[in-house]
Amino acid sequence: MKKFITILLTNRTAQLVLFLVYVVVTTASLYLAEKSVVAFLLLLLSILILYFLKIKTPLKWVIGLLILGVLLPVSASQGPSYQSYMEVATLVGIYVAMALGLNIVVGLAGLLDLGFVAFFAVGAYTYGIFATGQAANFMPFGTYPLSGESFWVFLLIGCFVAALFGILLGIPVLRVKGDYLAIVTLGFGEIIRIVFNNMDKPVNITNGSMGLASIAPPRIFGIDLMFPNQFYYVVLVMVILVIYAVRTLEHSKIGRSWKAVRENEIAAQAMGVPLVKTKLTAFAIGASFSGMMGVVFAAKQTFVDPTSFTLLESTTILVMVVLGGMGSLPGVILGAAVVTILNLQVLTEISNWMNQLNINGVLSIPDALSPVKMQRFIFGALLIVFALYRSKGLIPAKNRKYDPEQLKQTKGKNSKFLFLSKEKLKAYEGRENL
Amino acid sequence: MNVLEVTGLTKSFGGLFANSNIDMSFEKNSITAVIGPNGAGKTTFFNMITGVYKPTSGEIVLNGKSLVGLKPDAVAKQGIARTFQNIRLFNQIPVLENVLVGMHTHLHANWLSVLLNLPQVKREEKAAQREAYRLLEYVGLADLLNENAGNLSYGAQRRLEIARAIATKPSVLLLDEPAAGMNPKETKELTKLIHTLRHELDITVILIEHDMKLVMEISDQIFVLDHGEKIAEGKPYEIRNNPKVIEAYLGKGAVALA
Repeated sequence: MKKFITILLTNRTAQLVLFLVYVVVTTASLYLAEKSVVAFLLLLLSILILYFLKIKTPLKWVIGLLILGVLLPVSASQGPSYQSYMEVATLVGIYVAMALGLNIVVGLAGLLDLGFVAFFAVGAYTYGIFATGQAANFMPFGTYPLSGESFWVFLLIGCFVAALFGILLGIPVLRVKGDYLAIVTLGFGEIIRIVFNNMDKPVNITNGSMGLASIAPPRIFGIDLMFPNQFYYVVLVMVILVIYAVRTLEHSKIGRSWKAVRENEIAAQAMGVPLVKTKLTAFAIGASFSGMMGVVFAAKQTFVDPTSFTLLESTTILVMVVLGGMGSLPGVILGAAVVTILNLQVLTEISNWMNQLNINGVLSIPDALSPVKMQRFIFGALLIVFALYRSKGLIPAKNRKYDPEQLKQTKGKNSKFLFLSKEKLKAYEGRENL
Repeated sequence: MNVLEVTGLTKSFGGLFANSNIDMSFEKNSITAVIGPNGAGKTTFFNMITGVYKPTSGEIVLNGKSLVGLKPDAVAKQGIARTFQNIRLFNQIPVLENVLVGMHTHLHANWLSVLLNLPQVKREEKAAQREAYRLLEYVGLADLLNENAGNLSYGAQRRLEIARAIATKPSVLLLDEPAAGMNPKETKELTKLIHTLRHELDITVILIEHDMKLVMEISDQIFVLDHGEKIAEGKPYEIRNNPKVIEAYLGKGAVALA
């Protein structure tokens, strides 16, 4: 047994083979089983296992995309709860993208933002207003609702509007630090919700607490996207884009300056990093992801009203980031997935099962104790456990490793950054280290 | 030629004058020490030069440009780098990236060019990494490039702070108590490092230090502050025998004894 485990831990081929067997088994059971929540979750789990396999990263991406893009939807499509699975997967995607956005603000730049859902609301309303007749109330030109084709443009517009709100919020707010920043952002989140709730008078812009109904579904090549399985692909593509953006930004000058500001503001500023600009960039980019997903959310629900953007939503997204691991890209993705699935599927399943027991008279559990109702309690408990025993999250943030050999190679070729003048470089090259 | 000139520099916190009417000038490529008892206003003086505090009055001129009213990051861009009395590194990021942050003002990438992954951004980043690595070799920390800065030993952290400051390509380098907490061996290595820096990198060094052996050995010029005022200036041997300085450091009785 021991030997088997060592082989498994070291041998790539063995890992890969076993992994593929796992994927085939779960796919098959998802395909064949009538009631297959467990199989569905196990198949999603394969993505996490894939992350830990010792194979090359591009291969991981190919396999991962194959599972998420083909295997999962195809095998789920046979069962009766196909759409509900895809709905869950789509929501996971939306939350992953948002959590990654918040991770830039909280995890990388170290700015605690408790009103993040405001940007989601801004994105959702941006599309909602123009994709319903609502815009006709105040726009002097154009005919509304806009057609579903405009959705694709609105993905970008949602991004920009949310980023703009991020900057507008940031300019006054970023003067305060730490706890004060948290309180101010919390206030902002509530203000946005209440403003949307009241912007039906004197000019009806948001339709107030009635919300915006029958938002035009996105249209592509003449097909209206109405069902979760269609949105699933839209979200999948967007999540990949977001992951790409976060990865490239994190390992660039910009990501470095975020981390520098997080680690020590005074030192960062003394090194020439402008504080306000750096923080605003973090706010704007984080917000733009959220705004983009807001547009998708509005189009998917075909209905938005202020109750979707409460403080609880902000907290949930923050929980995803903290639970997964602040500043850790894979961690945050996992955190978002775990929290969303727990919320939408696991707790619901357990509640259903307990109801079943109740009906059959096996056990009688009062309704107040059903897991769905204890959602906040469960999250609270989870957070406490994590804060105590795994404060860096499910997958803690890792720093990039630099290869000294590679850094040595083209020594002295590029003169742009030389800290030594060329003449003096010679004397240095010959010298022993200090 | 004077790189940095300070005239009539005053800082008051309410009624308390942390610095009053200080004139100093710093010659290019020189090493200057600013000494004085605790609370004499040395760090306040550094904080004014680097833009952390705005002077109540007075003028700071670097290479002909006034620095008064600039934010710390703008001052850094003008060519003044510093280290801190209580070490301020970016603890949770690798040593190499600490140095790369120092190069911030010399990198031209912005969010759009980064997202588009433009070739010039990649080139620039590669070149910066190589140079950061060389800088680590220069201060003797190359082996630790992937270590988190917070895990380094005290002496290594001091060195890293210096490396990070040099990465900004400064014309003036301010060191705030660089030898504090170092053992004699580390202090000796530091002295050597400061010397080589000045020679090889064309940097003007200004340091605050309590280790008199280091100060006397290294400085071309010494300024002495006490109660926010400059009480003496001159070469090390002049300062050593200056009665005012002895008084400030050791009290009146000591002067009488001497």
